[in-house]
Amino acid sequence: MSKHRITLTVNGEVHRLTVKSNELLLNVLRDRLHLTGAKYGCGIAECGACTVLKGDESVMSCLVPAVAADGWELTTAEGLVTADGELNVVQEEFLEKSAVQCGFCTPGMVVASTALLRENPDPTEDEVRDYLRGNFCRCTGYHAIVEAVLAAAVDAQNGGRL
Amino acid sequence: MNTRFLEKEYDYVKPATLDEALDILAEKENVKVLAGGTDLIVKLKTDALEDMDIMMDINSIDELCGCCINADGDLVIGATAKISHLEKNDDIKAAYPALSEAMHAMASVSVRNMATMGGNFMNASPVADTAGPAMCYGAQVCLKSKKGERTIDATEFFLKPGVTAAEDDELLTGFVIPKPADNTGAAFVKIGRVKSDIAKVSITAVMEREGDTVKSCRLAMGSVAPKPLFLADIGAGLEGQKMTEELIMKTADQIRDFVKPIGDHGTTAEYRKEMSGLIARDCLMEAWKRSGGELA
Ligand SMILES: Cc1cc2nc3c(=O)[nH]c(=O)nc-3n(C[C@H](O)[C@H](O)[C@H](O)COP(=O)(O)OP(=O)(O)OC[C@H]3O[C@@H](n4cnc5c(N)ncnc54)[C@H](O)[C@@H]3O)c2cc1C
Ligand code: FES
Ligand code: FES
Repeated sequence: MSKHRITLTVNGEVHRLTVKSNELLLNVLRDRLHLTGAKYGCGIAECGACTVLKGDESVMSCLVPAVAADGWELTTAEGLVTADGELNVVQEEFLEKSAVQCGFCTPGMVVASTALLRENPDPTEDEVRDYLRGNFCRCTGYHAIVEAVLAAAVDAQNGGRL
Repeated sequence: MNTRFLEKEYDYVKPATLDEALDILAEKENVKVLAGGTDLIVKLKTDALEDMDIMMDINSIDELCGCCINADGDLVIGATAKISHLEKNDDIKAAYPALSEAMHAMASVSVRNMATMGGNFMNASPVADTAGPAMCYGAQVCLKSKKGERTIDATEFFLKPGVTAAEDDELLTGFVIPKPADNTGAAFVKIGRVKSDIAKVSITAVMEREGDTVKSCRLAMGSVAPKPLFLADIGAGLEGQKMTEELIMKTADQIRDFVKPIGDHGTTAEYRKEMSGLIARDCLMEAWKRSGGELA
């Protein structure tokens, strides 16, 4: 089995790693870089718990071979927080609107919602629900999550940080 | 079933040029192409793939990643162009709405940010959402190997579940989709359990209108046969006919009676059959409307 030197930029930090051809990005993030925001839920791109940003686009890190991510610039839920601990507007509104219960889906939800608002700053409720259709939540019933994203859109339009 | 790790061991290669990729396909055994990985990695995790010694990542091959309108006005889609980029492409939205709709109806945005149309075709599932629009728009599938290049009409590409007309040493390089004639209307309709699911049944219609008659009509369905199904005869049967609501109802019934779907977990054959008629009606009406036609 081949081994490869790769470079990952995660949350602004450059990491040089040697990975085996069959290692997955999600496991590298969690087990080697100790970024445990992205979660293992289903492992087959059906739940969204492992969502991370590649540039400004969301991807499911459970399906990405780490070696194929060589050179990518990634952001995890941790990376949406500034160095001095300030949350982004989506994270703030998830707290404000009680859109978090057990929290397992939350990192994936905030990452995907941030991607949505960077692409579409003023989404309708339908657009929010459509965009988040691959992120499953077993607790909240989604209503509070959608409210939080819509509120975050307003915050971002008023100069809040995305 | 372990979906947390990949237990299988294999080598990974990432050719920088098309030539290099074709060399690898010609010379090595058990090579699997990695485009978006949304089928391949799932199969590796669920043990659905027996033989893979080499994973060949084609995402560094520059000439495969584009999407453009060529000198003849036809749409050219590269093998590694992402579904999410294609669905939002203005040319595709304007001239190939059924394709754009089918792409948007796939999975979730995170999957579409990874997935490709080439992977959708090579995976050759009867469900494949891009297959119907491609067949109805007359897409040509471009294949290349060390031996040369060829194109296959999309309607002849799928042989049976998971099996295509492409040879083992051939790379799917992309698609060329002819420019639709004026007064063409098209639509794609899909029913799934929830929006992020694969189709329980789907249909595409591409119709060309001349005044109040159908000049040509191409129809295709997903999830009702062992492969994406091109309804050549039913489509051709509409040619030259004056479009009426009655004709749409009759055609929808004909489609419902024609298809022989199977039942599987969560969906019975009867449900698929009934829904086929129902979505056929919606799809035909929408396509006709978009061609600029009115219903008598
Ligand atoms: C959660 C989830 C939901 C999904 N929902 C849908 C859906 O609603 N509709 C739908 O149609 N599909 C769906 N899919 C399936 C999948 O996303 C699509 O089939 C997708 O288009 C595959 O593209 P890919 O680039 O990821 O393919 P890959 O996984 O990279 O490749 C698929 C297969 O094709 C081969 N291959 C890929 N590219 C080439 C090439 N250029 N030349 C030769 N061989 C090649 C690979 O070796 C592999 O065998 C879903 C998948 C997941 C995980
Ligand atoms: S763990 Fe990746 S989508 Fe469920
Ligand atoms: S808060 Fe528990 S899964 Fe969403």
